[in-house]
Amino acid sequence: MAATVPVARRRPLRPLAWLQPAIVVGSLAPFAVILARGLTGGLGANPIATAMNQLGLLALIFLVASLACSPLRVLFRWRWPIKIRRTLGLMGFFAACVHFGVWLVLDQGLALQAIAEDILGRPFILVGFLALLLLLPLAQTSSQKAMRRLGYPAWKRLHRLAYVAAGLGVVHYFLRVKADVSEPLVYGVVLLVLFAVRAYDFRRQRSRRRAAALRG
Amino acid sequence: MPRRDDLPPEPKSGAITPPERYANRRAFLKQAGLFAGVGAAWGGGLIALSGRGAADPPPAPAPIPSGEAGDAWQRIARPGDYDTDEARTSFEDVTTYNNYYELGTTKSAPAENAHTLKPRPWTVKIGGEVAKSRTVDVDELIRRFGLEERVYRMRCVEAWSMVIPWVGFPLRALVAWAQPTSRAKFVMMKTLLDPEQLPGQRRPVLDWPYTEGLRIDEATNPLTLMAVGLYGAPLLGQNGAPLRLVVPWKYGFKGVKSITQIWFTESMPRTTWRVANAREYGFYANVNPEVSHPRWSQATERRIGSVGRIPTEKFNGYGEWVADMYRGMDLTRYY
Repeated sequence: MAATVPVARRRPLRPLAWLQPAIVVGSLAPFAVILARGLTGGLGANPIATAMNQLGLLALIFLVASLACSPLRVLFRWRWPIKIRRTLGLMGFFAACVHFGVWLVLDQGLALQAIAEDILGRPFILVGFLALLLLLPLAQTSSQKAMRRLGYPAWKRLHRLAYVAAGLGVVHYFLRVKADVSEPLVYGVVLLVLFAVRAYDFRRQRSRRRAAALRG
Repeated sequence: MPRRDDLPPEPKSGAITPPERYANRRAFLKQAGLFAGVGAAWGGGLIALSGRGAADPPPAPAPIPSGEAGDAWQRIARPGDYDTDEARTSFEDVTTYNNYYELGTTKSAPAENAHTLKPRPWTVKIGGEVAKSRTVDVDELIRRFGLEERVYRMRCVEAWSMVIPWVGFPLRALVAWAQPTSRAKFVMMKTLLDPEQLPGQRRPVLDWPYTEGLRIDEATNPLTLMAVGLYGAPLLGQNGAPLRLVVPWKYGFKGVKSITQIWFTESMPRTTWRVANAREYGFYANVNPEVSHPRWSQATERRIGSVGRIPTEKFNGYGEWVADMYRGMDLTRYY
């Protein structure tokens, strides 16, 4: 009889343990690229304008991606997107802050009067600024602790502002281009589709609840 | 039984892989692979989506033509009467940061797509209110009028500016040669209409062909230049080869590129950006820090190649030669 070698039991790894770190590292990559290009002259003739364009677009991409998480669950019953929704939203907030910071410091040189005039007097800049302001309370209440403190229904209501912020971001982009509106249009359409999926899901759930209430 | 010191030294217990981890090695490798793959794909996708508009390597200057056509290029006059002595914007920046929507709507696209534009042979039709319409080769114009260098500031409506050593001839020489009739009050110029050479014309971003115009007194102002080159060499496609308008006291969009038609008219031409958005882009488009673009301030500008902003000057600093033409005009209304 062969001697039995003790076999270690497999302690399974959490199956999606890799997802969150992968998204964090991948999300930080474009910031590193912009910084490296900026320091080596790789952003071209007008590096500040180019950096602002790229950071603004990045913020919009992150916000749209974070808003795609729930619709993906509705459409495909995937659960993994919800696990990275917070990370994507915070990355969007971070990109918007850097975008705003580059405008404030590098573009405007902290000329406070010109900055105030721009924010108050120019719809294009005001809309972008409002989008950033709306993201502030969302970033601040992004933790599990904050969610528990607010209670889930209130937290959920508050975080619907993410749609408004992303919508303002699209308008900000739309108002910025001079003639070629194709790209802002793409983001606007994607956002509308995501919103339509949410609205459809909301109505479906409500009618289910009603049906359940009638039966009960 | 071997003696103990015949064996290799035993690893420290801390360096031994715990058995449960060893048993999990496949799952671990799979997760590491997923982490690296998905992280790289997500990061790469983001860079590709947001990172457009990055700079291109500097293109080579266009070759100076040889033979008869090259003669004028060997004898470029440098009178310097209207030249600025401010630092010139680098050739690389002048040729990689361009607004030329017919070659793409990002700043780097014109340099990338310029190879589709064939600047020779090139003819220009001159007509309208003139004694005699004619079609003339661009090299014939260069031979006839000779070439001179003009170092001008160029102020874009997007609040950035450059200093460019243009090569060209004054438009007033061409106007005198064209012999406009007494009914000619305006000069209209159009860009080549050919989606093969200017693929941006396949999309209706603007009302093609790009059309610009000047009042006849603006056209005959000594500052107004028909440029055929910069930095001593023929224009590259992205800068509007082979013939473009340069009006240094006006916003850059007045500088119609790759001109194939010069038309003298009695009424004000319908200029492209004005047709697209009359509230934002007027016919005159004189540089004026007191008249904001509705969406952004025109009070300051960034000189390409430097970081800070500098105040914008009325008529882009060329008021001493051009302000008289607008005496008595309300420039906030006729912007």
